[in-house]
Amino acid sequence: MSDTTITDPGVTEPDPDDGATLDEATDGTTLVDEVIPTATDGSRSDDGLDHLGLAHHTSTGLSNTKLGMWLFLGSECLMFGGLIATYMLYRNRQGDAIGPDQLWDIPFTSASSFCLLMSSLTMVLAVSAAKRHDDRNTRLWLITTASLGGLFVAGQVYEFTTFYREGLGYTTSLFGSSFYTLTGFHGVHVSVGIMMLMALMFMLSRNKVAGDKAETVEMIGLYWHFVDIVWIIIFTLVYLIPA
Amino acid sequence: MAIIERPVDAPATDGGPAVVATPSSSFGYLRRPVQTKGWRSWAFSVDHKKIGIMYGVTAMVFFIVGGLEASLIRAQLARPEGHILSADKYNQMFTMHATTMVFLFVMPMAAAFANYMIPLQIGARDVAFPRLNAFSFWTFLFGGIFINTSWFLGGGADGGWFMYAPNSTTPFSPSDGVNFWTLGLLITGVASLAGAVNLIVTVLNMRAPGMTMMRMPIFTWMGLVTQFLLLFAMPVITVALFLLLFQRNYGATFFSVQDGADPLLWQHLFWIFGHPEVYIIVLPAFGIVSEVLPVFSRKPLFGYPFVVFSGAAIGFLGWGVWAHHMFASGLGPISVSVFAVATMAIAIPTGVKIINWTLTMWGGKLYFSTAMLFAIGLIIEFTIGGLSGVTHSVAPSDTQQTDTYYIVAHFHYVIFGGGVLGLFAGMYYWWPKVFGKLLSETIGKWNFWFMIVGMNMTFGPMHILGLQGQPRRMYIWTEQRAGEGFFNLAFWNLVSSIGTVVLVTGVFLFLVNVWHTTRKAPPAPADPWDARSLEWITSSPPKEYNFERTPTVHALDEFFHRKYEDVGTGDQHEYKKVATGEDVIAEEVAHADAHIHLPSPSYWPIMLALALPIMAYGVIYHTLLIVAGAALLIGSVFGWALEPSTAPESDFDPPSDGGETSKELAVHV
Amino acid sequence: MTIDTSPAEAHDSSHHSSPPGTIHTEGGTHEGASDFTYVKIALALMVLTGAEIAVSYMDIGKAQVPLLLVMMAVKFFTVVLYFMHLKYDNVLFKRLFYSGLFLALFVYIVALLTFHFFE
Repeated sequence: MSDTTITDPGVTEPDPDDGATLDEATDGTTLVDEVIPTATDGSRSDDGLDHLGLAHHTSTGLSNTKLGMWLFLGSECLMFGGLIATYMLYRNRQGDAIGPDQLWDIPFTSASSFCLLMSSLTMVLAVSAAKRHDDRNTRLWLITTASLGGLFVAGQVYEFTTFYREGLGYTTSLFGSSFYTLTGFHGVHVSVGIMMLMALMFMLSRNKVAGDKAETVEMIGLYWHFVDIVWIIIFTLVYLIPA
Repeated sequence: MAIIERPVDAPATDGGPAVVATPSSSFGYLRRPVQTKGWRSWAFSVDHKKIGIMYGVTAMVFFIVGGLEASLIRAQLARPEGHILSADKYNQMFTMHATTMVFLFVMPMAAAFANYMIPLQIGARDVAFPRLNAFSFWTFLFGGIFINTSWFLGGGADGGWFMYAPNSTTPFSPSDGVNFWTLGLLITGVASLAGAVNLIVTVLNMRAPGMTMMRMPIFTWMGLVTQFLLLFAMPVITVALFLLLFQRNYGATFFSVQDGADPLLWQHLFWIFGHPEVYIIVLPAFGIVSEVLPVFSRKPLFGYPFVVFSGAAIGFLGWGVWAHHMFASGLGPISVSVFAVATMAIAIPTGVKIINWTLTMWGGKLYFSTAMLFAIGLIIEFTIGGLSGVTHSVAPSDTQQTDTYYIVAHFHYVIFGGGVLGLFAGMYYWWPKVFGKLLSETIGKWNFWFMIVGMNMTFGPMHILGLQGQPRRMYIWTEQRAGEGFFNLAFWNLVSSIGTVVLVTGVFLFLVNVWHTTRKAPPAPADPWDARSLEWITSSPPKEYNFERTPTVHALDEFFHRKYEDVGTGDQHEYKKVATGEDVIAEEVAHADAHIHLPSPSYWPIMLALALPIMAYGVIYHTLLIVAGAALLIGSVFGWALEPSTAPESDFDPPSDGGETSKELAVHV
Repeated sequence: MTIDTSPAEAHDSSHHSSPPGTIHTEGGTHEGASDFTYVKIALALMVLTGAEIAVSYMDIGKAQVPLLLVMMAVKFFTVVLYFMHLKYDNVLFKRLFYSGLFLALFVYIVALLTFHFFE
């Protein structure tokens, strides 16, 4: 069996009336198949993302990792939604202890929010550079993104320690528990994102990223943007909407 | 990445020269494990089939554990003034029985079938993320062991399987049991979520050429819906578990009523997960039945699109009914009414399935194999459970039924009669495929009848007990409480407990069957059931690479259509057998791929999985363990990310087009 | 003959040849916006955030909360559609993500409703 054989007799145009009964699906193309495309003639569609390197020959033509990341982000909506709902339920339940109105320093939080927002921009620029195979600028924008993220986390830490000194502990009240849990989970997600960015920079520099580099940068980018949009929601619901 | 190479000059047939697996070379970092035999070939395997078997064996062990727990409960309740279990031990027993059965038996057993069969049914060589798949299994195993170590470390969780807070907070449940439960389920939850991402990407992206979504077998379809349910439901219980964890261990006040907390918060978060969870339990079983019935009725599934869409509808509607578990919690009449109506609505798509299954059998040439018996058993027993469920949807009557044995009856009929019977149907149906041997039909029939009689004897009387007023979770009953007349609590409790003995015997007979088959049975034929779907176009058991070449699919029930030709005229369909299963497989072997790329085994999934229980023990005992576990976690993640491979691990084996694609895999940046 | 997949081999990966019959979908992943457009979008987001903060200080009665929520939603979807490329990518990604998003909105809003949160 020579490995230079190209034609495969198995790949033929399927016959839509191939023995199917009324009870069975016929040619198989239905509304579902329009939503989730499948090549029925044995061909594969490239996702067109990267014309160098591997063609991801998948049934939908979409990358496995990208699909996986979007699914994960969809599930994260349920997680953050639960934490946000808990906070919203308990935001006014501080009893006699200190409450949101007395604590928030909107200018300060706005500044760290800007940092995170801008980090989304730098992330997009990093992905763009990666697609152009501009390694230097990819690294530059990734570092900037991680730095801005770091600034955000530093701001959070400062904020939390200030609140704590002013009387809002984790165990002080329902408001305290819910606030720190929500923002804490978010902060952990940002921190994990920063670690991933730094790991990515390391791996890119040592050429340790298997497969499509731009795709990997894009994957981490998706995670990073998600962390940003969760903050967009938290910033409005927690800080800006009066209790 | 392992490369299966066949020597060029030798024909690629069974019995030809052995194929050689060449593991990828190292980059100067850690080598990937290379063993193909022994415990290491299982511990570091990323093969979906090995992982599926490990899930199945583990789940079966936990089934026995959960069964022992149930037996102790029924022994306690068999007679008045039972003294087998104290009240405290009884609380632990029913909590752990349910937790074990739901999270450590039914879900992983369904995962076993999904992992093993879905790639085969869609014509793939493995799942989309093989290492992640291995990670899911080991995480599940370690999580399950972790929860059960609680028995030796202060007692099992004792707050009931839905662990209502504030009852489950430290003042009311002071032992570490609930901590073990919370942390253990967080760990197994990670396994489920990773598995969901993996299988969804697999089904969407790795179908063989010609396998459109509406040509997929129903088991794969139901598996897909189940994975979406898992994807979106697991995060919700994750939130609840974290809140409880923080309350119990770090002083948070989420469930401290004296600080203004609302106990309903837990209930909502739990049941928003909890209701989709019951569909997660039953849909795989529905999928199995939808495979078995057509094969043993010698007829295609009736109304394939309806079965698909009703499954999706159940998955979708299942998100809108959770508060029917909270009818008696004080929600208020408007909320209760809304959820009552939604709950009634969800009976409809389920009814559609029952109709389709029945009509599949109608007019068919029925062959009552053990698998078929279990499948028919599911239809009947699940319907009974569904009917009692409809009575629950009527909120006023539910107010009487809730927290009584009537509810216990309902969910055992749907979980056991639905989920478990379906899984056993799958065992008997797919055993020859997985192990190359047929389970004994003789022992199988004894297995079946003992289980059916046993389950009806055990759970049937519970309807009556509930309506007679026996509450759930009541650890003891007295002669005085048993009531008047012959058919009182005493009578029915005794019948139920005797039923348990019959049921346990049935399960034991299954194990006997497995043992007997392993030792004595001859190899099974390639196509023992004259089946319909793609997984049968492989050897039994399948080779490591599944298919000799990736099949091209032309129709639903592809395998059936390769064996049977329609010689009818016009509207009349008449099928003539033109090839046997062996012929179809031989045809594939004759056109086998010369080069097949498979993902290599890896150390990192099991290492990463190990980090989680270490951190969990740290939460209970010492923060230093959290640090140690975290270090292992980070190290394993980096090890995984830096692992040498000659091609991205997620990108292997696209559909074959004669070897050219194999060359492409070698080309990468 | 065997395929040498050793990583040491230098491959000229620009000779990426597709198997016969392969479809290259251009529309699948369009390039999206240019870098400059992204900068403009980011500036717009900054301005919008500033406006949000300003609104949070204003006393405009019942209109304040809906207005803030609308601005939040605009920012949210701007990042999702443009920065996360969802506008230009295959519609499947949109459907998967929106499923999770709208499911979350649904279940948690309904739960809060039962708590009489919105009264």
